[in-house]
Amino acid sequence: MTAQHVRTHSIDVSSILRDQKQSTEPNEPCIKVENLNLFYAQKQALHGVNMEMPKKKVTAYIGPSGCGKSTLLRCINRMNDLVDNVTIEGKVLLDNENIYDKAVNVAALRRRVGMVFQKPNPFPKSIFENVTYGLRIQGINDKRILEETVENALRGAALWDEVKDRLNDNALGLSGGQQQRLVIARAIAIEPEVLLLDEPASALDPISTLKIEELINELKEKYTIVIVTHNMQQAARVSDYTAFMFMGELIEMGTTSELFTNPRKKQTEDYITGRYG
Amino acid sequence: MIKAWFKSGTPWVWLNAAAVSASLIMVVGVLGLILVRGAGHFWPSHVIQFTYQEPNGEIQTIVGEHVDTSITPAAMAKSTGHIMADDEDTLVQYLIKTGNRDITGTDFRWILERNIKQRQAPAELMVVERREWGNFYGQLVAVKENGKIIAEGEQAWPIAQTRIDQALAVFEQIAHLEKKEVGAINYSLEQLRLEQKKLQLENLWDAAAEQRIAAEKAELEIEYKKYQTQLTELYRQIRRDSLVAKTESGNEVEIPLAKVVRIYQPNTMNLFHRIRHYGVKVVEFLTDDPREANTEGGIFPAIFGTVMMVIMMSIIVTPFGVIAAVYLREYAKQGFITRLIRISVNNLAGVPSIVYGVFGLGFFVYILGGNIDRLFFPEASPAPVYGTPGLLWASITLALLTLPVVIVSTEEGLARIPKSIREGSLALGATKLETLWLTVLPMASPAMMTGLILAVARAAGEVAPLMLVGVVKLAPTLPLDGNYPFLHLDRKFMHLGFHIYDVGFQSPNVEAARPLVYATSLLLVLVIVGLNLSAILIRNHLREKYRALEG
Repeated sequence: MTAQHVRTHSIDVSSILRDQKQSTEPNEPCIKVENLNLFYAQKQALHGVNMEMPKKKVTAYIGPSGCGKSTLLRCINRMNDLVDNVTIEGKVLLDNENIYDKAVNVAALRRRVGMVFQKPNPFPKSIFENVTYGLRIQGINDKRILEETVENALRGAALWDEVKDRLNDNALGLSGGQQQRLVIARAIAIEPEVLLLDEPASALDPISTLKIEELINELKEKYTIVIVTHNMQQAARVSDYTAFMFMGELIEMGTTSELFTNPRKKQTEDYITGRYG
Repeated sequence: MIKAWFKSGTPWVWLNAAAVSASLIMVVGVLGLILVRGAGHFWPSHVIQFTYQEPNGEIQTIVGEHVDTSITPAAMAKSTGHIMADDEDTLVQYLIKTGNRDITGTDFRWILERNIKQRQAPAELMVVERREWGNFYGQLVAVKENGKIIAEGEQAWPIAQTRIDQALAVFEQIAHLEKKEVGAINYSLEQLRLEQKKLQLENLWDAAAEQRIAAEKAELEIEYKKYQTQLTELYRQIRRDSLVAKTESGNEVEIPLAKVVRIYQPNTMNLFHRIRHYGVKVVEFLTDDPREANTEGGIFPAIFGTVMMVIMMSIIVTPFGVIAAVYLREYAKQGFITRLIRISVNNLAGVPSIVYGVFGLGFFVYILGGNIDRLFFPEASPAPVYGTPGLLWASITLALLTLPVVIVSTEEGLARIPKSIREGSLALGATKLETLWLTVLPMASPAMMTGLILAVARAAGEVAPLMLVGVVKLAPTLPLDGNYPFLHLDRKFMHLGFHIYDVGFQSPNVEAARPLVYATSLLLVLVIVGLNLSAILIRNHLREKYRALEG
């Protein structure tokens, strides 16, 4: 990237920020990360991370590839437990309760903390079955409740109008963007408190990306959202708070407008002005 | 020039193509041979009357079907003792099926082509298919009822046909009564005997029990008597009529109609008749019990036994293999031990099948079956129930034999399920078990079906281990019948593969049985193809349903 490009880039971000409704007043924290260290075998991937994510706000993690932002995100619903040879030290508090406590039921935790992945991953089942998957696991089989939930969740994910006539079709027949919104519908159908989005739009075309971003803006009225993104404009557009990570460490966190317009750390400034990668 | 040609890769392509064509030719050749030989067996060929000069100069009439031709070079013919003229290059011999084994002692004879003086196909020659002694070839002279001639000459043929139809109907009634009704009574009587013995063993045998059992027995006896009188009457009817026929040498013989399956005059049949005859024979082959030490009649029990055994095996091997594969892939900690287990499982697939047979006999039949008998069927002793080869043990032995392929392909299927799908399910609050049941296993089901297809293909054609753990030459009853509990897993059964071996190489009349070997082989191939096709159809359906995300 040339310097010229970089400058336009950062100007873009601030113009977006000016348009955005500012909501920077502090909020009660929903998720608190305390002194979190994570090792893959011998390799340390997270170094003493401390942060707070407020309720019903969107927090974005930005940073270069391999900086640990996805790893940190996956600590919040204990997805890293699935990785062999992983060691996690420190605490993640969800509503003041350490989710790494031995007594915590991981399945129950994941019901409270929904997650959407980088690539749409609908199950090879009908649209209806995809959305009701989480409910069926909880033993809810009442047809009336299921139908109601499906409609609400699909409306919530702005997909209802596109699929209402083919709920029994295979979900794999949908387009990429529709699939990603279906996955979001699937996540919000079980009414979680937190929604983790791991680069939800990186595999999608610009129009689908726009729809997802609009959706995030709507969803934050009901859910606490944490989003990992590569795209700084996206972070600026959708998030209230932004955390910049580098080499497994949290470098800086603050309200999005502050971080993008007035970063406290040199590294952050270098990154958002494009002097990295 | 040559070098450039080599470098261009053309010879390599030719070599590849040649290898493919060679394999293709061999497969087509095998299928073609068994198709032609097997399917041709049922076609009614002409019966020819040869006027033949025996080597000692005597002129004789030989009647029979021309089965095979052998052409021997002169030198070789000389060395085997044939006198050859100088201008003769080859010695041509015909194999003639002359039948009439009860009279001549053989079914077949070789004749020299050069000694045939005349050949004719007279219309009045008939073939009598009998339940004993093989075919009869000759001319119909008369039809007898109770030893008195009722039709002769021209009228004999139509009368004989109607009488045979009557006799066949009676025969069917007899077979039904003996197998179904009397069979059921015998089965019940045996159950009563076992019950009595059991009560005695448990010291519960008292007056009340004795009375009850005696009453039930008496009831069955009465029923048995009733069937007995019916049978006596039927036997009297079927023995009433007989045919008088003249052999090639002019002898007259009497053939009781009770022993006749059908008569036909092949030389008068037109194409339509032949096709109908062919169809009837094929249906008989597919649906009837074997006759005459398996060399005639049908092979229905063998088809039934094969299919039944394969289905039982599938029912056992699929859950067993899938559960093992799920543990290995999903739960076991991957490392040295799991690698060792995988290598062992793969090697199990290479163990010769007869070894599984020996293991099945030693472990399943004698140890497991013997102990089951001791614990649950003490009243049957000394006769074994499960402590003897049978359908259950054969199915389990083959399940063991085919277990590796099911484990390996299920594991591969599980490994192919994208991680994102599992994570998607777990992220919705599903436990590992729920993820497995609701998502991973359904998506891996096509792979399981692939394993099952391979297992079925291997099991259906397996013979060696079965000879040790349950297959017999002739099973008196099917493993599935109308007597409670309907499915008799302890029974021995017949199998197409073993039937081929038995008919072709163990029967007293190998020459007569050879076409049946081809026909049975053809059927075995068709049965396996049928089983496989149904499994493949199910798999394709599942694939369509659970087609995974790309990449």
